[in-house]
Amino acid sequence: MGAPLQSVTVAARTLSLLWGKKLVGVNHCVGHIEMGRAITGAQDPVVLYVSGGNTQVIAYSSQRYRIFGETLDIAIGNCIDRFARTLMIPNDPFPGYNIEQMAKKGKNLVDLPYAVKGMDASFSGILAAADILAAQTSESLPEEQRLKTEEGELVTKADLCFSLQETVFAMLVEITERAMAHVGSTQVLVVGGVGSNERLQEMMGLMARDRGGSVFATDERFCIDNGIMIAHAGLLEFKTGVTTELEDSTCTQRFRTDEVFVGWRE
Amino acid sequence: MTDPAPPEPQPAQPQHILSLPFTTSNLTLLTQGAEALVYRTTFLTPSTPCVLKYRPPKPYRHPTLDKRLTKARLLAEARVLVKCRKEFMGVEGAGVSVPAVLGADWEMGWVVLEWVDGWTVRKCLDEWIHTLGLKGERQGGGREEGADGGGRQKEEPLWDLMRKVGKAVGKLHEIGVCHGDLTTSNLMVRRVAYTSQEQEKNTGVRHVGRQTVSAMREAAITESDAPPEPSSQTAEQQPPNLNGDIVLIDFGLATQTVQDEDRAVDLYVLERAFAATHPAAEPLFREVLRVYGESFKGARTVLKRLEDVRLRGRKRSMLG
Repeated sequence: MGAPLQSVTVAARTLSLLWGKKLVGVNHCVGHIEMGRAITGAQDPVVLYVSGGNTQVIAYSSQRYRIFGETLDIAIGNCIDRFARTLMIPNDPFPGYNIEQMAKKGKNLVDLPYAVKGMDASFSGILAAADILAAQTSESLPEEQRLKTEEGELVTKADLCFSLQETVFAMLVEITERAMAHVGSTQVLVVGGVGSNERLQEMMGLMARDRGGSVFATDERFCIDNGIMIAHAGLLEFKTGVTTELEDSTCTQRFRTDEVFVGWRE
Repeated sequence: MTDPAPPEPQPAQPQHILSLPFTTSNLTLLTQGAEALVYRTTFLTPSTPCVLKYRPPKPYRHPTLDKRLTKARLLAEARVLVKCRKEFMGVEGAGVSVPAVLGADWEMGWVVLEWVDGWTVRKCLDEWIHTLGLKGERQGGGREEGADGGGRQKEEPLWDLMRKVGKAVGKLHEIGVCHGDLTTSNLMVRRVAYTSQEQEKNTGVRHVGRQTVSAMREAAITESDAPPEPSSQTAEQQPPNLNGDIVLIDFGLATQTVQDEDRAVDLYVLERAFAATHPAAEPLFREVLRVYGESFKGARTVLKRLEDVRLRGRKRSMLG
């Protein structure tokens, strides 16, 4: 991540000097949240931020986006992408999409670990377990050694994708619901690349409906990282008088969501 | 490309219908937690108030996964509660108590628990921080002498509450139970009446009439037959009395374990609950940890582990 971030920082500095414009440093996650809010019109939602690098449940409280729960190890998108690699699923257009399409064909739920700790979740153990199961479904194995359901049906790759999605998304919906119960919110906004998964959106919608609320989500045009979300968050910050001096302009991977002072919200 | 606008929200909530032995006639919904619907109702006799915890099927979850989780969690919860009750039965000053299990059906997803009359620690913190804040302003205007010492003294019940929380969590861990969702909403302070002295200290005014009310209330609570009144019916001009015992509730995610890891995660969840809900309560949590550290033999190593757990959260700020 370091190299692309640094090169873009150089480009931003160059543009700033070239056109005599102010620089505004932006937190990536705040960019996702603010664009999600602007596009969907959600007022004060609990935010589930799910991507290849982050998994966080966030709620706004007194000028900060506070992190209620997050992954204890790898991000959800990372878990899904790596499982796609285990199954040798192509990367085009992106692994998560292909897993989602395959999962639609799956129908048998295979037992996977379910790892929710309070409002946090853990995905690495599930990935390890899914990898082991995937090895047991390999077509190179003789049929009697391959993994079967209780009814004696062979477990397919599609079943594994289905089981993985059902399990990890249930975990995400659960920690989101817990955060909603804690802060008393009925709206939920899903942002980040994994947020474009329609099964996740559907599950989140069912949960929100049960709580008398609704889910706000966007499609992959807005879910996946983009420039507009950074520009939008930068504008919001700029309007509250926040700018970054040239000599202070850096990039870091360790910029926590709750470090940003959110001056533009009540 | 699909339209990014969300579908129309459907406000119609599905009605969860409970089967016998429950009737809807005396069912009052207390809260919709993340996991369960919690009702106040009566059990077996009309004068036994109880908490009914119903875990409805989650429509978003695959039915197989849902059944597996509901059964495992309900049984784990009931077993842990029973274990805690056994450990504390008749032990004076043991420092922690939990509601008794009155009945359960894991296929239907319900468990009936003893009614605990009191306040959540979250409410206690909110109201006490609020009240102390107000009092501080008044003191600055009127009486100047001893304003500092007085403020400290007034805070004392709050610090005492923190010590009780630390002790209660320590005790729980000592007997090999980890709560799993240790938030301030899941810690309760059992309702006890203020003594007239404390009342005077809190409000600064002697309520002559109140004394008898509190005496009556006390009598009502000690009288075992009479059901305690629901908290909404009692007049509350003053913040909750923090002198009651700590009662731990909602063991829905509890596990029986003696691992430092699980204990540390318990503390970490509690720490985050303090930080997230009450920005003013963060220093109070240090007192919880201090007392926890002294509460049982392995507690120190748990606190060491807690430091690791804090660091493990991804992308923690490296600035300290």
